[in-house]
Amino acid sequence: MKRIYTLEDVCIGCHLCEVACITEHSLSKEPVKAFLHEQFRPISRCTVEELDGGVLSLSTTCRHCDEPDCLRACISGAIQKYDNGVVRTDTEQCVGCWSCVMACPYGAIQRNVTKKKANKCDLCPDRKTPACVDACPNRALVFREGSQK
Amino acid sequence: MNYVIIGNSVAAVGAIRGIRTIDPQGNISVISRERHVAYGRPLISYLLGGLVTEKRMAYLPEDFYEKNRVNLLLKSEVVGVNTDKKQVKLAGGDTVPYDRLLIATGGDPFVPPIAGMAGKDKVFTFTTWDDANKLKGISHDIGRVVVIGGGLIGLKAAEGLHLLGKQISIVELADRILSTAFDRPAGRIVAKKMKANGIDVITEDTVVQIEGEGAEISGVTLKSGDFIPCDTVIVAIGVRPAAGFLKGSKVEVNRGIVVDDRMETRVPGVFAAGDVAEARDFFSGQKNPMPIWPDAYIQGDIAGVVMAGGEKSYSGGVAMNSLELFKVPTISMGISNPLDPKDFEILTYQDLENSQYRKIVVKGKLLVGTVLVGNVERAGIFAGLIREKIDISPFRGSLLAPDFGVIHLPREIRNALFAPYGKVA
Repeated sequence: MKRIYTLEDVCIGCHLCEVACITEHSLSKEPVKAFLHEQFRPISRCTVEELDGGVLSLSTTCRHCDEPDCLRACISGAIQKYDNGVVRTDTEQCVGCWSCVMACPYGAIQRNVTKKKANKCDLCPDRKTPACVDACPNRALVFREGSQK
Repeated sequence: MNYVIIGNSVAAVGAIRGIRTIDPQGNISVISRERHVAYGRPLISYLLGGLVTEKRMAYLPEDFYEKNRVNLLLKSEVVGVNTDKKQVKLAGGDTVPYDRLLIATGGDPFVPPIAGMAGKDKVFTFTTWDDANKLKGISHDIGRVVVIGGGLIGLKAAEGLHLLGKQISIVELADRILSTAFDRPAGRIVAKKMKANGIDVITEDTVVQIEGEGAEISGVTLKSGDFIPCDTVIVAIGVRPAAGFLKGSKVEVNRGIVVDDRMETRVPGVFAAGDVAEARDFFSGQKNPMPIWPDAYIQGDIAGVVMAGGEKSYSGGVAMNSLELFKVPTISMGISNPLDPKDFEILTYQDLENSQYRKIVVKGKLLVGTVLVGNVERAGIFAGLIREKIDISPFRGSLLAPDFGVIHLPREIRNALFAPYGKVA
């Protein structure tokens, strides 16, 4: 299946991937409204890490593992792997226990503390290419076939 | 091929999926003594407290059993296994034949004989959906509760009852709550939060007598001599592997059902997984029960794959717990509280005023444990470092950083995790 991979050497640390993710998962799907006017701003599902003031940076996200540690840790069955390979969190079913946060070796799951729900990349089901990949100005994120555990 | 699974919780689910990755045809039968579909057992405290409805208790999509062609026998108690005849015996006399058997019966609550307990109405254990419903049903009759045991079950039971507005005292034998996972500072932070919310937490003490006339409970007397008035008692001391029905069979039962790294018991074709199993510990190499939800799934998966003829091996059990109480999240994993600290390097950061605590336990070049209170973000990265036995020397100094992330790891590891040409993690 296609997954999002990171080329850290060409990452410029601009965080546009995070902005795109937040916008894509908002109600309006427009950045100004998503950031200023909506009641709940989504939490970015990709994480940009930086070191030494940006000398080193990369964007990381869920690997949609073949054998997801998060799914195995989830106590409510909220995390399932679908036939297309995508590992999705059913927000309704999630109880916010953070077992998935504890289990994911990539640190790919965020805590939505306001809603007490786990937050994770869903590979943008409404798009052909994930929003972060499209938004990267330097093509540091690639969406391509590959395996992951 | 006839696969029979005794037990219908997470280990069974892992096994069903594991079997089906190898064998799409074989018959799978699941025998459960409970009357419910497979459910997220840890959710029972959420059900008790009214945080989830019964509908959300189901662990699986509705079509799971049908899609995976599983025969589900509910309300069926297994009373014996004949490994010579390869038959499972049910209460009521029926026998179920098997080619491969997986025992995934989990744990039964341990109830020690406490003076005064016999004949008392409102003494409960708390491990099943029905237990939660029972307590909910008599909630109007519950005023003040003493919870014996400050481990995971006791704390979650207390949380659920607290949401129902009950007054609660927790009595724990060790010097801290969640003694298997927490150390003293972490235990203190959480106990403090609980007390601030009206839950009494008593440590280094235990209940020696349940008081009251006839069936009514008036209170409990502690070893220290103190008396706590109450009308209900929850016994949450621990669970024992539910392997009693194997008495007389050839299956080796120690503290749990002893299995090798393929989850097979001493009897070929008979496997065990989950809370009932006694499998290799990741750190010690010795075998012990590891009643941890993700481990149960992993063990079930391995058992399923091997039963179906595939190859898979257990890398050893790692304890890990995620528990949030009164908005203080906590995550602990691995060796969080070494018995002989001099063999380990222990790094800590604490800001107890703000309920923040971070503890990293290192042995030689390896991360072996962590306790996180407050900031639990991306805690799983530590799980990965532990399981993969990554040499942490290059970034030892960054481990305590609140924003510790993959960027602190050597480049090769980052590549393996995220780059398109990397290997899998």
